[in-house]
Amino acid sequence: MTAEPAAAAGAQDGDVLRVEHVSKRFGAVTALTDVNLHLAKGEVLALLGDNGAGKSTLLKILCGFQPPDTGRIVLNGEEVTLKSVDHARELGIDAVYQDLALINQLSVYHNMYLNREKVRWPFLSNRVMRREAREHLEAMGVNIPSVDVQVARLSGGQRQAIAVARSVYSDAKILLLDEPLAAMGVKEAAMILDLVRDLKEHGQVSVIIIAHNYGQVLEVCDRVNLLQQGQITFDKKSSETSVVELTNLVVAEYRAALEARHRSA
Amino acid sequence: MSETAEQRANVVGPPPGGPAKRGDPLAVLRKTGGLFIRQREATIFVVAVLLLVYFSTKSSAFYGQSNVSNLLSGIAAPFIIIAIGEVLLLICGEIDLSVGFVVVFAPFLMHYLIDFYGVPVIPAILISLLLGLVVGWVNGFLTVTLGLPSFITTLGTGFILLGLTLTTSNAEPVNVPAAAQSIGKFFGSQNGGYAWSAIIWAVILVAIFHVVLTRTRWGLHTVAVGGNLLGARESGISVARIKYGSFMICGLMGAIVGLQTAFYDNTIDPSAGGYPAMFYGVTAAVIGGTAMLGGSGTIIGAFLGAIVLATLQDGFLITGVSANPLDIYIGGAILIAMIANVQLARRQAAGRG
Ligand SMILES: Nc1ncnc2c1ncn2[C@@H]1O[C@H](COP(=O)(O)OP(=O)(O)OP(=O)(O)O)[C@@H](O)[C@H]1O
Ligand SMILES: [Mg+2]
Repeated sequence: MTAEPAAAAGAQDGDVLRVEHVSKRFGAVTALTDVNLHLAKGEVLALLGDNGAGKSTLLKILCGFQPPDTGRIVLNGEEVTLKSVDHARELGIDAVYQDLALINQLSVYHNMYLNREKVRWPFLSNRVMRREAREHLEAMGVNIPSVDVQVARLSGGQRQAIAVARSVYSDAKILLLDEPLAAMGVKEAAMILDLVRDLKEHGQVSVIIIAHNYGQVLEVCDRVNLLQQGQITFDKKSSETSVVELTNLVVAEYRAALEARHRSA
Repeated sequence: MSETAEQRANVVGPPPGGPAKRGDPLAVLRKTGGLFIRQREATIFVVAVLLLVYFSTKSSAFYGQSNVSNLLSGIAAPFIIIAIGEVLLLICGEIDLSVGFVVVFAPFLMHYLIDFYGVPVIPAILISLLLGLVVGWVNGFLTVTLGLPSFITTLGTGFILLGLTLTTSNAEPVNVPAAAQSIGKFFGSQNGGYAWSAIIWAVILVAIFHVVLTRTRWGLHTVAVGGNLLGARESGISVARIKYGSFMICGLMGAIVGLQTAFYDNTIDPSAGGYPAMFYGVTAAVIGGTAMLGGSGTIIGAFLGAIVLATLQDGFLITGVSANPLDIYIGGAILIAMIANVQLARRQAAGRG
């Protein structure tokens, strides 16, 4: 493989996030073997890789959902142990999960404020949440019938838009997006990409975006990392790579694995 | 998808009944059916009123004050209070089969403390209520922390509680401790004004937990945990806290009903409570529109469901009709309610809900 980066190669002092030697196993499955990754302030990093490469596993470690087995996470130069999703949120990290983490039975606005509800103790401030949810969705250009409907009644793309809006408006400094374009129509995908571009222009928010459509992410990201078999095997500026190169890399890996299997058979 | 922002801002809720094409009789039928299913509380309220009216015309004794207070305090209140606990548990995807045995054990504990250990009345009552919380905590520990299905957990703890009660009491009923009588009437009694205390407690608890469920973070998170366990966890909601809490509330409700029943009947009876108490609570919840699948349910619905159950039970008794077919009606009511639940879920899945 090309460009096998050493631990935190290219890392700088200005990095908001550094991941060093992170590994994670699930029983017999090793999802991550030795991941090293860095993210600068205001940077948009695309995390690519095949199905089962470990992208979501890494994201769930970075947002405090699950702990790594080994390795360090360094936030703004300080090593941190993310104790929980809430803890990560306090530190300014927020994620859109691949499964979206929406509650079908709850309204759009309750989902948008899930676990950070506006409260006038002890009661929920439903009116405030409803109004702000509506404002946020309108600002984003999301089209839904009403913020009062249950998310069960929304389309796949609408649901995804709600999940993305929830994170984008959470005031997070580091946004982790797990396939935010998966269920999106052309227009809606453009809307999400515009949103990421917007964030980039303001320069305050750093983004890691996982996607399978290389063409789409290359449009917005600054840098590309490729995750293969639990390791980052490729790290280049997006201006220095192309859809063709990335595709070839992934296919080459697949061919090599196939050949190895044939040989051993 | 084609609505403009202004239009959207005006939409307050989903239009009732969903889209029904005009002039199509099937669509109209579907629309009314949908209305019925959605307005569960209204439907069950109408059923309750119809039953009350029916039995009133059958027997003048039915609406006599002593019968009304007995219907509400003696029969409905225990159903209602247990149903509150079960609704919370069912919403977050669990069930408590042991609560009926907390009902049995709590008053015995009070009796032992007062009569055998000389504990003053108020601490004895508080410790008996605490028992409910402790049993709930144990149920939570076995279910959440050790990962047993709550059906099994509470089956086990229920048997243990029953066994404890029977062993310690020699399976004999006892009198309510004399010292507790004066305070007891505030929990439940058949005499004069205090004949209403049990139902007043029930209504207060309904009001509190209705607000908790619909207006607080706790309630929202309860729905979230039952609706999408993984999603709730990913959102950082402490699933364990919600489930432990719901088990403990349910246990507490059992203890309240146990004391109430003892004071109301003026005896502490090891054959009171048990599975019937629990099953009536669950039945009230289900009739009131709580799905067993988690993620939805209402306290008000369960309250009305309990009133319907109590009215059926009392009505059969007072009109002198044989009570034997009563269970047929209750079974029918459970099935109809469940069919409505499933249909509602289907409609929502189909986006017509
Ligand atoms: N909770 C879990 N328990 C057991 N195995 C898991 C768990 N989560 C992930 N895995 C395994 O870890 C590996 C990596 O999974 P992961 O979800 O991170 O892949 P991914 O790169 O996100 O794939 P995709 O593109 O399909 O989303 C897979 O082999 C998967 O089966
Ligand atoms: Mg994934």
